[in-house]
Amino acid sequence: MDPILFLIFAAIAVLCGINVVLQTHPISSALSLVGVMASLAVLYLLLGAQFLAAAQVIVYAGAIMVLFIFVIMLLNTGRERRTRGSFLGRLLGPPLLVILLGSVTFVILRTAPRDAGVRFGTYTGGTVESFGRALFTTYLWPFEIASILVLIAIVGAVALAYKEID
Amino acid sequence: MQHLWIIPALPLLGFLIDGLAGRRLPKTAIHAVAAGTVALSFLWVLKTVIALQPLQTAHVERYFDWIRVGEFRIGFDLAADRLTAVMLLVVTGVGLLIHVYSIGYMAHEGGYYRFFAYLNLFMFFMLTLVLAANFLLMFVGWEGVGLCSYLLIGFWFRRKSATNAANKAFIVNRIGDFGFSLALFLIFLNFKSLDFGAVFNGLAGWRADTGMGTLTIIGLLLLVGATGKSAQLPLYVWLPDAMEGPTPVSALIHAATMVTAGVYMIARAAPLYLKAPIAMDWVAGIGLATAFFAATIGMVQTDIKRVFAYSTVSQLGYMFLGVGTGAFGAGIFHLVTHAFFKALLFLGAGSVIHALAGEQDMRRMGGLRTKTPVTFWTMLAAAAAISALPFTSGFYSKDEILVSAFHRSPVLFWIGIVTAAMTAFYVFRAIFLVFFGTCRGEAHAHESPPVMTLPLIVLAVLSLGGGAFQVSKWLRPMFPETASPENPMLLAASVGAACGGVLVAWVLYWWRPALPDIVAARLKWLYVAAVNKYKVDEIYGAVVVRPLVAVSREVLWKGIDVEVIDGAVNGTGRRALGLGGLLRLAQSGNIRSYATWVLLGAVSLLIALGVLGGVR
Amino acid sequence: MPQAVPLSWYLALSAVLFTLGVAGFLFRRNIVTMFMSIELMLNAVNLTFVVISYRLRQVDGQIFTFFVMVVAAAEAAVGLAIILTVFKNRATLQVDDLSTMKD
Repeated sequence: MDPILFLIFAAIAVLCGINVVLQTHPISSALSLVGVMASLAVLYLLLGAQFLAAAQVIVYAGAIMVLFIFVIMLLNTGRERRTRGSFLGRLLGPPLLVILLGSVTFVILRTAPRDAGVRFGTYTGGTVESFGRALFTTYLWPFEIASILVLIAIVGAVALAYKEID
Repeated sequence: MQHLWIIPALPLLGFLIDGLAGRRLPKTAIHAVAAGTVALSFLWVLKTVIALQPLQTAHVERYFDWIRVGEFRIGFDLAADRLTAVMLLVVTGVGLLIHVYSIGYMAHEGGYYRFFAYLNLFMFFMLTLVLAANFLLMFVGWEGVGLCSYLLIGFWFRRKSATNAANKAFIVNRIGDFGFSLALFLIFLNFKSLDFGAVFNGLAGWRADTGMGTLTIIGLLLLVGATGKSAQLPLYVWLPDAMEGPTPVSALIHAATMVTAGVYMIARAAPLYLKAPIAMDWVAGIGLATAFFAATIGMVQTDIKRVFAYSTVSQLGYMFLGVGTGAFGAGIFHLVTHAFFKALLFLGAGSVIHALAGEQDMRRMGGLRTKTPVTFWTMLAAAAAISALPFTSGFYSKDEILVSAFHRSPVLFWIGIVTAAMTAFYVFRAIFLVFFGTCRGEAHAHESPPVMTLPLIVLAVLSLGGGAFQVSKWLRPMFPETASPENPMLLAASVGAACGGVLVAWVLYWWRPALPDIVAARLKWLYVAAVNKYKVDEIYGAVVVRPLVAVSREVLWKGIDVEVIDGAVNGTGRRALGLGGLLRLAQSGNIRSYATWVLLGAVSLLIALGVLGGVR
Repeated sequence: MPQAVPLSWYLALSAVLFTLGVAGFLFRRNIVTMFMSIELMLNAVNLTFVVISYRLRQVDGQIFTFFVMVVAAAEAAVGLAIILTVFKNRATLQVDDLSTMKD
């Protein structure tokens, strides 16, 4: 059962990812990205990260991507036009990407652990309770700093966009 | 502690006062300071010499360390022994007389304070040279007098001929100094010190050279230095040109003191030379050759100062002959007597020139005997002394040298005799041309003021009676005996030659004045060669100077300096610019090219760490 | 077909998604789209962290993922605000026209 689920949702993720890159209209790219995130959420569930799966859908797909879509609609630039672009990027980009993918895959296949594998239900450490316990005891200090970071981001965003209103 | 340092310090003080404040001081103050410091120095010398009697060993005073590098130590050390005492008395005594004379001679000249400042500076360096207790300090004095010679020859610096002469003197001296420096290096290498005492004591362990040993090489290199400073063959060419300077300068520097530094140096290094017989032979040979050579030129010169300049070169050759044949005392004795009569000759010539308002060509002089009597009688005394007429000071000193030469080799003696005859001839030729006959030039000549004639009289007395000083006998403890018993035959030959020379001069220039031209016509090519100084200057110019200048200009300047060095510097700048221009292309401002670079770096890192780092 | 999914498959998926994100960043011209590619890359890395967390049977990897999400949110907020300002000034979202860094 697990492999089939994995394959389905992995395929969806990859296809949506390719779509993000290939689509010309930003809205299409954004929606494809939402698809990627949703499938990733399912994969997190398979890996036993319940809280993260929920957080992925709520925060990432639900908040961040919504923000993206708002901005795209606000700016309303339409399809991308073809422009000159970087010669270097066009020259070196594809080969480098191939090399990147190849080398990372090579490293993974050589060094990935070969034992058990992933089976749904074998790991129950990703519950809200255990997650919260770790977050508020061991990782309290980063948690507080992260909240300050979010506060700064809010203030910054408001400050930048404030003039927009008038 | 006799405080020897006061002797050179006083003229240095005079130099500082006259040099720095002289522009604002009145003339009386300037010459009072200058002559006064030299007079005080002379008195201090007297006091020191008397206090140090009997002066059997050297009295050394060490003041402070000048250089101290590891084992190498050079101190500011002054030493006084009998040789030093003789030199000191001559330098300060004759120097004082010339300072006094200059008060009158330079009275109407511009740059009064500059002249006396340079004279005092010269005295300082010369005294340092003589008092030095190590080779390096002596070299300091050596170079310093060369500098002052340059400054004083070119005193009338607006005249191109004067500045050329000054340059020539300095440069030719430099060649000699190069030899001196090499000698210093060798001395230090072999004796680990440049101190006189240390070196000469160290010599005790060396055997005398039979061939071209180390000591001989050192001796020859020192000789090179001496030929430069004392104007011997082949580096004598600067001395005749040095007559461009004021006459007191010619008297002091180029007759009595600076040019004798070479002789002093060889006498000082006597212990070394006595162990290097080949070097000594070279000294004697060069001295004799120079004496003969210069005398032939001096016989036919028409400028009065030139005659005496070549005479100086010739007499210095005699001194070299003396020290070269082992008679160090006799050489120094001749140095002393030569200082007297040559300074007198020059100062007298200055008096003549002053009387005739600047005329220096002897063919336009004449009949001054009645108009300038003091000058005439004093110069006559000097001429007698230089011709070594009996019982004059020159008689004793030159005779000793010739005897010593005879004992080395009779050939040296006979050439010396011929030269003595020539000496007598040319000096009396000058006397007859200048003081006798009818006046061929300016009509109204006048005698010089007492401030000029008084030194002349003093020097005349010294020239005639200086034989009484017995310098060589007093110096005998310092130098081993060169057994030269008096030989009355040699004496007679010497006197005969001198009288013969005077006689010929009398015949040619007083009795039958038409003869000189006939003789010159008969010996035409010889005469012309001598008049043109055997074209030595022209030869040097063509063989040495012109190629050197050409190489400097074409190869060193245009070739190396402009092309190589400038090219390298400019080329580096241009290449840096070029490289910068290339690198600039990476800064395109395009975000995506930046991203590509980042990706490239990341992939490289990944491959380096992962794939090559051990993942197989 | 094995009952368990090998870990290397997850990691390979992560690699593929990451490469897609880089490709999007290099080849898209719209700056908002480039931003989204960055989000894609971040997601790929999140997946890796969760996988390792599973492997080590610890929750720390997931905590890390959580923080990545927080930072991504903050970054998205500020970044989009900046883009809005730039658009107000330049009236273009084509990244090639926003090349002031060259001068």
